[in-house]
Amino acid sequence: MMAVTVRTIRALGLAILLTVTALAAPARAVELGDAKAGEQLFRVCKACHRVGNGAENAVGPHLNRIFGRVAGSIEGFRYSEGLVRAGADGLVWDADNLDIYLENPKNLVSKTRMNFAGMPDPADRSHVLAYLRAFSDKPSNIPEAAPTATATDHNLDPAILAIVGDPDYGEYLSGECLTCHQKSGANEGIPSITGWPKADFVVAMHAYKKELRPHPVMRMIAGRLSDEEIAGLAAYFEGLD
Amino acid sequence: MSLSRRSILKGAAAGAVLTAAPMVMGANHGKPKVVVVGGGAGGATVARYLAKDSKGEIDVTLIEPTRTYYTCFFSNLYLGGFRTLDSIAHSYGKLASEYGINVVHDWAVGVDRDKKTVALAGGGAVPYDRLVLSPGIDFVDGAVPGWDIAAQNKMPHAYKAGSQTELLKAQVESMREGGVFVMVAPPNPYRCPPGPYERVSMVAHVLKAKNPKAKILIFDPKDKFSKQGLFQEGWEARYPGMVDWLDASFTGPLKEVRPDSMEVVVGGEVTKADVVNVIPAQKAGRIAELAGVTDEKGWAPVVPATMQSRMDENIHVLGDATNQGDMPKSGFSANSQAKVAANAIRGALTGSKVFPAKFSNTCWSLIDTDNGVKVGAAYEATPEKIAKTSGFISQTGEDAALRKQTYEESLGWYSGITADMFG
Ligand SMILES: Cc1cc2nc3c(=O)[nH]c(=O)nc-3n(C[C@H](O)[C@H](O)[C@H](O)COP(=O)(O)OP(=O)(O)OC[C@H]3O[C@@H](n4cnc5c(N)ncnc54)[C@H](O)[C@@H]3O)c2cc1C
Repeated sequence: MMAVTVRTIRALGLAILLTVTALAAPARAVELGDAKAGEQLFRVCKACHRVGNGAENAVGPHLNRIFGRVAGSIEGFRYSEGLVRAGADGLVWDADNLDIYLENPKNLVSKTRMNFAGMPDPADRSHVLAYLRAFSDKPSNIPEAAPTATATDHNLDPAILAIVGDPDYGEYLSGECLTCHQKSGANEGIPSITGWPKADFVVAMHAYKKELRPHPVMRMIAGRLSDEEIAGLAAYFEGLD
Repeated sequence: MSLSRRSILKGAAAGAVLTAAPMVMGANHGKPKVVVVGGGAGGATVARYLAKDSKGEIDVTLIEPTRTYYTCFFSNLYLGGFRTLDSIAHSYGKLASEYGINVVHDWAVGVDRDKKTVALAGGGAVPYDRLVLSPGIDFVDGAVPGWDIAAQNKMPHAYKAGSQTELLKAQVESMREGGVFVMVAPPNPYRCPPGPYERVSMVAHVLKAKNPKAKILIFDPKDKFSKQGLFQEGWEARYPGMVDWLDASFTGPLKEVRPDSMEVVVGGEVTKADVVNVIPAQKAGRIAELAGVTDEKGWAPVVPATMQSRMDENIHVLGDATNQGDMPKSGFSANSQAKVAANAIRGALTGSKVFPAKFSNTCWSLIDTDNGVKVGAAYEATPEKIAKTSGFISQTGEDAALRKQTYEESLGWYSGITADMFG
């Protein structure tokens, strides 16, 4: 149930972002920095937050899969009312709003309990975000994927995004993907595409098709898929878990 | 084969695939039966996809003599010390237990195409409605004068992975100081075009650390080879002065090898070697010949859209054994072809929807630590052949980060394809 909601919200968010970028550049487009530097900077955060393998809630909630998480949504963690309300209002963590939050938490959620003066330097914040991104949800391991994808990725005709794919056709076509991408979602050198939100999948594939993204194998594969075929694959992979 | 015969066959093949109603009932009026010979890249994949996608509607039997399949892919990395032998070993347990495939560990020794049965070495015959042959390669008799299968302990081929690869690795590692490693490279077409040259890279990697004065000589009947620019650039940069590639137009043809005295005779010259890796000319695995589906060159011609034999529409042939057109003989190709065949077979036997064929291939090779390169292409089925539509290759002069990423990607591919084969 939860997953569906998150997905829907994210898909909606993306759709909105798409429309916006089609008209004008977003107000704030955060570039991810250097994860190694971020790891150093994260020491400050460690006073309250854990991230990584087996991380659990401490003074603050754990930060695994923070990208794409609805604000205030980890069950069993006692959030401030402000954060819970922000989540209910549709706040889903992405690079842009995390950047604002890190700059000064009270900028974004007035009554947050996060007692942190803020990180004034945009470069520092971009490093921390890069570090956190590595622990985020499927398909976190696709670096260009939403919610941190750059605007160029998103200049996709909304009509293409609206195509309803046939998951059965997608299942047949998926054979080609599964020679490299594991159905189980395991990533041993090739990113997971299992359970990937449909909109993200479509955006990414079209970015390869249009040769905006560099990977030669993916350009080749995407290059000969029709819009319907991409939609079918997206429908199929979203349904896997 | 005459043109008219070919078009009749093609017509029949297309008909079988396009008809929606189930055409064939099982030999015993039970479920339709598919027998797969060979549990490698092609055979394991087609068996798994048929069992998985038909959801019990098709009875799948897989005939494979060995209980452990050592992938040829990454066997060069084992030679180079980048993988253990265990890490390239796979069993058929899941195909039997999770997918309900009847795995028979035996050799197929004959095919009765009229009765539609496969004879087993251990006795008995297995009936089929559709037969899939994916037996890989065998060596052409007498291709390298002086060498036959009895000589493989002295001069290993290591072109079917397992004990042969172990033997070659042991020989390389115990080579005398400053010794000579000779590779007798195969003529086209053969399994894994970059395979011999990746192997040379891996042997050089071992020798550079253990035996830096040793030499590697490649006697090659071809005047060019796969990823040549990339390999030669890598050899020069990483193993300067160690590797000599000598093509026959320069040296004259290979006259013979002498396993007893460890000599290789090329042109007028006798080379004394410490290790000799003989990779002979190849042909389809023998069972394809026994089934009567091979051509005069020893490969099995197929209809691209379905991978059906051009000689028998009830038989599909996959992977290295085929003569299909532009695809290289690789594990990736065999896996790709298997999915096209599975879709066509399922359509013919159960009336399931048949989608158009799509093929692709990518071959990664490792030159040295964290120095990976790749080549790949996409293909489509035309009536005549599997035809290349587009492709790419790594570039010379790429930076180290990209090469490392390419290598890491190959590790991911290995996990992916073996999961796709064995579940
Ligand atoms: C050194 C080397 C490196 C390679 N590297 C790569 C790589 O990096 N990437 C890549 O894609 N490919 C690579 N390949 C190629 C790849 O291994 C083959 O192309 C692939 O295995 C072909 O699949 P196949 O199904 O045709 O045959 P195989 O995988 O060889 O399977 C054939 C199976 O059939 C069985 N069999 C044979 N005859 C019978 C019979 N009569 N009855 C029953 N069973 C039988 C055999 O035991 C075997 O298990 C490499 C090959 C070599 C030698």
